Amino acid sequence: MGPRVKDILLGLLPILLALLFTTGILLAVGASPWEAYRSILEGAFESPEKVADVVAACVPLILCGVGMCITFIAGQWNVGIEGQIILGAIFATWAARNLPWPRVPILTTMLLLGMLGGALWGFLAGLLKVYGKVHEIFGGLGLNYAAQGLAIWLIFNPWKPADGATMSGTDPFPDPAWMPRLGHLRVAPLAVILALLSVVVVYFLLRGTRWGLELKALGKNFRSAFLLGVPSTPRLLTAFAACGALAGLAGAIRCSARYGRMIPEISGGQGYLSLLVALLAGYRPQWVPLIALFFAALGVGSPRLELDLHLDSSLGGVLEASVVLAVMLVGGLRALLARRRAQVGMEEAA
Amino acid sequence: MEIEFLVQTLSSLVAAASPVVLASIGETISEKSGVINLSLDGSIALSAMTGFAVAFTTGSVWLGMLAAMAVGALMALVVAFASITLRLEQVAVGFVLAMLGLELADFLGNPFVRKPGPSVPHWPIPYLSEVPILGPILFDQNLVVYLSFLAVVVTWWWIYKTQPGLKLQGVGERPESAFARGVNVNRLRYIYTVVGGALVGLAGASYSLSIKLGWSHRHTFGIGWIALAIVIFGGWDPWRVAAGSYLFGLLKALGSILQRNPAFANVPTQIFSSAPFALMIFALLLISSEGVDRLLALLPPRVARRIDRAIRGRPPGGLGRPFVQE
Amino acid sequence: MKVELVEIKKYFGPVRANDGVSMTVEPGTIHGLLGENGAGKTTLMKCLSGYLHPDGGKILIDGRPVAFASPAEAIGHGIGMLHQDPLDFPQMRVLDNFLLAFDDRLMPDRREGLRLLRELGRRFHFDLDPDAEVGRLTVGERQQLEILRLLALGARVIILDEPTTGISAPQKAQLFETLRLLAEEEGRSVIFVSHKLEEVETLCDRVTVLRQGKVAGEAEKPFSVDRLVEMMFGRSLPPPTRPPVPLGPPVLEVEDLTVASYRLAVEGASLEVRAGEVIGLAGLEGSGQRLFMRACAGLERVTAGRIVVDGRDLTGAPYRRFLEAGVAYLPAGRLEEGLIPGLTLTEHFALVEREGPFLIDWKAAREQALERIRHYNIVGRPETTVEALSGGNQQRVLLALLPHGLRLLLLEHPTRGLDVESANWVWQQLLARREEGTAILFISADLDELLERADRIVVFFAGRMMEPLVAEQTTVEQLGYLIGGKTTKTQRARRFSL
Repeated sequence: MGPRVKDILLGLLPILLALLFTTGILLAVGASPWEAYRSILEGAFESPEKVADVVAACVPLILCGVGMCITFIAGQWNVGIEGQIILGAIFATWAARNLPWPRVPILTTMLLLGMLGGALWGFLAGLLKVYGKVHEIFGGLGLNYAAQGLAIWLIFNPWKPADGATMSGTDPFPDPAWMPRLGHLRVAPLAVILALLSVVVVYFLLRGTRWGLELKALGKNFRSAFLLGVPSTPRLLTAFAACGALAGLAGAIRCSARYGRMIPEISGGQGYLSLLVALLAGYRPQWVPLIALFFAALGVGSPRLELDLHLDSSLGGVLEASVVLAVMLVGGLRALLARRRAQVGMEEAA
Repeated sequence: MEIEFLVQTLSSLVAAASPVVLASIGETISEKSGVINLSLDGSIALSAMTGFAVAFTTGSVWLGMLAAMAVGALMALVVAFASITLRLEQVAVGFVLAMLGLELADFLGNPFVRKPGPSVPHWPIPYLSEVPILGPILFDQNLVVYLSFLAVVVTWWWIYKTQPGLKLQGVGERPESAFARGVNVNRLRYIYTVVGGALVGLAGASYSLSIKLGWSHRHTFGIGWIALAIVIFGGWDPWRVAAGSYLFGLLKALGSILQRNPAFANVPTQIFSSAPFALMIFALLLISSEGVDRLLALLPPRVARRIDRAIRGRPPGGLGRPFVQE
Repeated sequence: MKVELVEIKKYFGPVRANDGVSMTVEPGTIHGLLGENGAGKTTLMKCLSGYLHPDGGKILIDGRPVAFASPAEAIGHGIGMLHQDPLDFPQMRVLDNFLLAFDDRLMPDRREGLRLLRELGRRFHFDLDPDAEVGRLTVGERQQLEILRLLALGARVIILDEPTTGISAPQKAQLFETLRLLAEEEGRSVIFVSHKLEEVETLCDRVTVLRQGKVAGEAEKPFSVDRLVEMMFGRSLPPPTRPPVPLGPPVLEVEDLTVASYRLAVEGASLEVRAGEVIGLAGLEGSGQRLFMRACAGLERVTAGRIVVDGRDLTGAPYRRFLEAGVAYLPAGRLEEGLIPGLTLTEHFALVEREGPFLIDWKAAREQALERIRHYNIVGRPETTVEALSGGNQQRVLLALLPHGLRLLLLEHPTRGLDVESANWVWQQLLARREEGTAILFISADLDELLERADRIVVFFAGRMMEPLVAEQTTVEQLGYLIGGKTTKTQRARRFSL
């Protein structure tokens, strides 16, 4: 067995372990694992419409996942990404409701404003971290609650639909503010292009620029990098803002391309999922699309479990989280075995 | 009338805060030993679900509580294995476990959503509950609430007064020195992480069996993150951690009182339910920011040092750092 | 109790830290273990005290072979070690530190512990406040606490690893007194690990010299210093040379500076440093020298006074402004505060090119890295990550990362943990920079280094900065007493004559 084959097999091991885990759980609740997996796959790929849904679901995951690579490289847990998505959606919604412009200018404005909103919220998380000395996980969570509260307040007060406010959101946007879709399919080509573009841009920024190198240095050893002259505060703030901008873009796309309105649950946990995507990608943007595709297929396919088998759709989430956990544990175990081997080797040499 | 209302409010506040107290004390124990268990939010959700499901199926609240503790301990065991034996990044493993716990709770809890089920019986302590004012607030409660009191007192006593407690502090402060004194660092860390996890599991059970009966989607609503923040807010000291938990309870109670006020009729209820979370985080900001340093610098050093010590604590020196014997 | 080490071997990867070391320690003696940094002394002692498991060889106590799985087992057999950085709990109180060592029972016997601490303390004239936080004690007092702990646990062989680094002359005298008492009157054995000849010469009865992981020789009292030097280094050392450099205009002017941390405040410190000058900062750890140095780099908040660099007032300016003004700061922890583990040498060199373009030309960066690697004799490749380098090579990388044409170079313990050759190389590089007009300020706990390398020495004691001393006119003894906060007679006389 060549080393390459071995690497690939070891790479697949965590996925097998995670499947084993979910299979065990399915057996425990008395469901047929075979039926469940088939149901998810059918739900994701049975028709062109479903495949289009999967591709559309990739978009926010790719944008946010790529954004999370930036903050992870800088050593930061930008958990506030949920709020950054929400702020992007809020800013875009404001434009959609208030600017009676034709399609091209209004969409451009919505996307740019969305990025601005997300970047601002990300910047705020960065400020809390740098000047407030609050760990970014807690600062981010606080800002998520605040963003959620703001969204609900807007939907229930100034943006209340004529027939009364509900959790189902605002009135639909005027037609020009809807991102054009591919025929009857629920996927907007522009959104997919933007997502793929973000991968290329971030890959290049992290790999080929001083900014990327400086973020990497800060992430690996903050004190040393600072003392070597890396301007830590501006770099961290721009990292948060850049991730926030991508998340904001995702938020704007979700309300313009998917819902055509602002809803309270606009972020829909995409931020937390993208955190898992970035972890699984090992902070390498080039791997994000593939992993996003896997997650999106699970996300689109698993609601079928409720129809077919009366199971909760969160099985998809269980599988996603357990794959990430398995990757970590397998990686840790391999490192542990390597340490043990090195020790034994040394004793034999003596 | 006024007094009665106040007593009633405080009594329900003490009850409502009990899961937060249990969870944050549990986390304090494991962080004192040097391990960050960031999986709290998922642990609490999963153990709340398990506790209710077991109690519902068997009809025994006690079995439910035990099962919940076992789940919390198991989650902590995974954290301990990953961080102590495998030396993985504790924050990463904990975060992923938190998400896994939430999803698992949703999936497995599906058949139990919004089912009426058993609850921990109300159990006023004879005589003590009849003491005016304090009686109804503290001693006219159920067992889970009493357990939350006990957890604070016993944890404080164990850490600061006993010989094993000294070792616990040592393992968290500087594992190398503890090892030099013959302490089995990694074994103690395993034990305290799992014990802390069991308390977190009890916190979950107290949610579904005592405070907010039953099980539903996102039933425990971010309480794990709050407990983690409170441990920092309380400076890793059981009494102050407990105080922080009650402060959070107070914020929530104030929220629901304001909500009933007609002046806020327009404000959606979701805001009142999430505002305390945001406020708690900003309280954390308040004590940790540089602004406080600047203010303290204006005071005479002796006074400043006292205030500093009173409002914030130092994390254990070995927190989050795996111990490696040469 | 007689301790024999037979053919001890300990390897770290390709490094043979101990390569068949044998030595015998007789009861009731002070046995010196001499050798330069990196000779394998600490490794050998860690094998003896249960911190490391030897890869080969035997340990015999009174003729019987023993093996220790942990330091606790070693102390159970009566062997205890005091580490260079005392292994205690700085955030806990003295009594708790002391009590923590004892066996498991539910409640610590505080009264008994206190009695034992007091009694032992009286026997050796140690005055330790049981309620004080250990982090607030001096290194000397922390050593005393550790010695008491080892004695309370019944240690009959006490190993001290470089105990005189970072303690004052009076504390050193007291320590030596204690060690003699332990050996001569109580019949215990003391193993005294040091790289300082004169300490071994005055204190020890026997000495084993290590060189590159092997025993280079043994000697009995009275020692021939020349023989010891030859055993340590394999040759007689040439005296360090230092070509004089004409001093330039003032580079750093500090006036009446006050910097405060919660622990300590440095008040009213003034110093003028001229281009090409080398100033050594001396003092026990935590006496204010580090606070002062970090203030000179813009890393501490200054509450009063002025810091002028090259004629520009930089008081209160952030670290970046100091960098731009040509100040560089090299902290002690090489992998903690100096280099970035996980980054390659090429990435390090690209990172410090502050004026470089936004887009990095990786090919050119690699060329440049190769060039610096050659120039600074670094054993490594452009793709090597820094944590894979040896300590000496890491220090070389740190020096290679410093920009040229610096005005002021601030160094914390520039040669700590380096062998003599590496240390000499480091100083050659540093002193060469004086010719560009760079002034050097360095902190060291090694009094010899201070006296050899500095033009002037500034001693700090409890936050007070003393008058600068001219290095050529100062002796080790004077320096040792000043560090301990006492002025010697000659010093006082000189001050009057000024």
